Amino acid sequence: ESGSGAMGGSASLLPRDALGEYQELTFLSKQEILLAYKRFSELLPKEERENACTARIPKSHILMLPELRANPFQHRICHVFSTSETGDDSMSFEDFLDMLSVFSDSATSDIKSHYAFRIFDFDDDGTLDRKDLEQLVNCLTGQGEESRLSSAEMEQLIQNILEESDIDKDGTINLSEFQHVVSRSPDFASSFKIVL
Amino acid sequence: SPSPGLFLLPEEPRAAAPVDFLQELPSCQSARRRRGGTRERRSAPPGTTGSRGAAARTLQQERGEQPTRPAREYPLSIAEKRTLRDFQRADTEHLSRWKKWKKTSSKSLKKALSEVKGLSSYLVLWRHDIHSIEEKFGTGIQSYFSFLRFLVLLNFIIFILMFSFITLPVIISKYGIFNSTSVNISPKNIEDNCTIYEPSGNKGLVYFYTYLKDLLSGTGFLEVTSLFYGYYTIDAVWISIMRYNLPLAYLLVTFSYLALSLLWIIKRSVEGFKQNLVHDADPFQSYCNKVFAGWDFCITDPNAARLKHRSLQCELQTDLQEEKLKQKIAERTMEEKLRIYSLRIFINIIVLAILSGFFYSIYRVTVFSQENSNDIDNVNSQINLLVQYLPSIVITLANFMGPLIFSFLIRFEDYTPAFEIQLTLMRCVFLRLANIGVLLFSLWSQISDCGTDKCKPCGYNYKLYPCWESDVGQEMYKLMIFDFIIILAVPLFVDFPRKLLVTHCSCKLVQWFGLQEFGISDNVLEIIYGQTICWIGTFFAPLLPAIATIKYFIIFYIKKISLIHTRKPAARPIRASSSNFFFFLVLLIGLNLAFIPVGVSIARIPSSKACGPFRNFNTSWEVIPDTILEFPTGLQQVLFGMASEAFAVPFFMIICIIMFYFIALAGAHKRMVAQMKEQLVLASRDKMFLIRKIAEAQR
Repeated sequence: ESGSGAMGGSASLLPRDALGEYQELTFLSKQEILLAYKRFSELLPKEERENACTARIPKSHILMLPELRANPFQHRICHVFSTSETGDDSMSFEDFLDMLSVFSDSATSDIKSHYAFRIFDFDDDGTLDRKDLEQLVNCLTGQGEESRLSSAEMEQLIQNILEESDIDKDGTINLSEFQHVVSRSPDFASSFKIVL
Repeated sequence: SPSPGLFLLPEEPRAAAPVDFLQELPSCQSARRRRGGTRERRSAPPGTTGSRGAAARTLQQERGEQPTRPAREYPLSIAEKRTLRDFQRADTEHLSRWKKWKKTSSKSLKKALSEVKGLSSYLVLWRHDIHSIEEKFGTGIQSYFSFLRFLVLLNFIIFILMFSFITLPVIISKYGIFNSTSVNISPKNIEDNCTIYEPSGNKGLVYFYTYLKDLLSGTGFLEVTSLFYGYYTIDAVWISIMRYNLPLAYLLVTFSYLALSLLWIIKRSVEGFKQNLVHDADPFQSYCNKVFAGWDFCITDPNAARLKHRSLQCELQTDLQEEKLKQKIAERTMEEKLRIYSLRIFINIIVLAILSGFFYSIYRVTVFSQENSNDIDNVNSQINLLVQYLPSIVITLANFMGPLIFSFLIRFEDYTPAFEIQLTLMRCVFLRLANIGVLLFSLWSQISDCGTDKCKPCGYNYKLYPCWESDVGQEMYKLMIFDFIIILAVPLFVDFPRKLLVTHCSCKLVQWFGLQEFGISDNVLEIIYGQTICWIGTFFAPLLPAIATIKYFIIFYIKKISLIHTRKPAARPIRASSSNFFFFLVLLIGLNLAFIPVGVSIARIPSSKACGPFRNFNTSWEVIPDTILEFPTGLQQVLFGMASEAFAVPFFMIICIIMFYFIALAGAHKRMVAQMKEQLVLASRDKMFLIRKIAEAQR
């Protein structure tokens, strides 16, 4: 986790102008980008480490990272940040940096809430409807039959959430309503954070 | 609840509008484009950078009226941000030279600032430790350790302040560095009796035990060091040709460390609270907060993740049950309400009685301790040490028993579980802070005990307390040392044996008892209690913040080890935001409480004439009027005018008018928000209605 290890050999593999460009296009600092590069190349087999900038890592490898291993939203995160043409949710180094940038301390709350919306939108239809909210709550309480809320409790909970956040009362939460309710949430900035 | 406007229209059946129409709406299109167009990316043939560029360009044109933001603030992938940035650069090509220079200089300034920020993040104390705690236990417990770090820094800065402006000049003058001398003016018009002060100091050979006893109680050799007020018996310091007014410096540094603490705390508490308070729902109890911000994304340990899942499930279920309970409470009958309110009044009277019992015992014990420890009879040194520490022991006992009694009693008061926790917490806060107040009050009653002409010549009880500020400093020092000893002893003698018992003894009773939970509120109250003592005591013992810094430094490691090895995480999850709020609120209360004793000592009680920098003044506060009288007459008149009624009353009235204006403004905003919400609901229904009509017309 410390940044000092990244100052070693891997620094010479990431070209300086690429480093500067990534600093400009993401919210990460130089040390964080170098550390991300180090952790990304560790996930690749040894032969491919030379071309880490252009390689793609399959989803199963990314999910081995300790930061994502215990996260109930790991699949959604990979899906949202992946720019793979084939839809297999594999991530390139730039996708990885994108993800860390959004989850970093210095990202604006606008960006964070935008991506949080996309992560919570399980069916990718642009709104959070009842099914999305149900899946979200199930992710939070854990997999397994005994850790789910009963259907009456789930109904009551979703009713309360919609009451608090659905301003135009159409039964779904769209992006601006989500951003509005999250801007008033005091815990969002500190919980929506991943630091390597 | 339906808004009044809808009573005019019949309720349309809420059938679903055709989805394809909804997809074509402009608001939906812009939301999809802002997503970066995943669908468009996937469906576009490879190599069509033109389409991505078009998407980025329309995105920027949409926000054309707003000033362009840097590329990284757009929710796009890095490749798309690259093209957007190239477009932004192309756009700025045709700007004037002045604007171009402004842009490039602001960009390089931001880059330099981010470099500095990146480097200075390595200087942050305990960065790695707190990060690993966050990974294993979540942000709630991590916030407690951030508080400890904040207090270490605060105390260190206060220590630097006191040391450089008060202790350093005195030390310089005592050793004659820089050609400095000290000025000692003996007080005029004061009876000789008041100026006699002979601390025992280092008189010849002392036993090691006496040395230890002096270290623990602040008497003996420690009393004459720069730790206590009595060392600073100097009226001015001449450093080559400059005259350094020590009494004025002492008073001003006292005010400045209190002001610095206040400003820093307010700044820190506002930082984590950047949300508008227009709505009236409680932001900590909202379901959206618990669901959308419920998961700590920084948890990496699978065990911690499991615990978090369970605690989230528990919390959501408890809250839903509580809501049903609230409905039941609202349906109570009149006689039930009467019964419950009378029961609550009765229990509150019991609580008050218990509190008065604690306060009275602290008062009696302090008086007893003061009377008996000032005896010259030092033969029974062990008993003497015990007598000296008696107030600290009684206060610690009260702080320990109070929460147990309160949590037992509150079960009878029939509140909702969340409110029970809050009320018990408030009672504990009051108990802890009031204990210090009672101790100080009993000390002052002794110092100002003016019956039978004991304080006629000097204004205070000069026989028992020739240097009363040092005595108060010693009491605060003893409180701090004892608090530290208790915090060290509890993990050592209670937590570790308990952990050993639980791991090696498998009998049912022990397993049911289990490990102790890491209760954040108890720990927070502990450190705030210590910090309030430090704030009060720094006026009487200028080097006390150094001891507090070292104390909190060691406490960090003790709590960390104790957390990892001997405690289990709390069943009810602690959120970082609510514990943040609680910590800074109680810290502010402690600071405000600390103003009172310091203010009373400075302004009311005559300063001791036998020691300290304020010998030549009636009270410590008199330094300020005396100094103002040496200013030019114009400035004097302005300053005296500001303190007079002719200025204060109009000033107060203007402040009131401004406050009423802002309250009215807030009310107007609230009404406007409610109206806009209504309009949004109506607009959405109109939209659905029109879409259905269009779909019908198309068929």
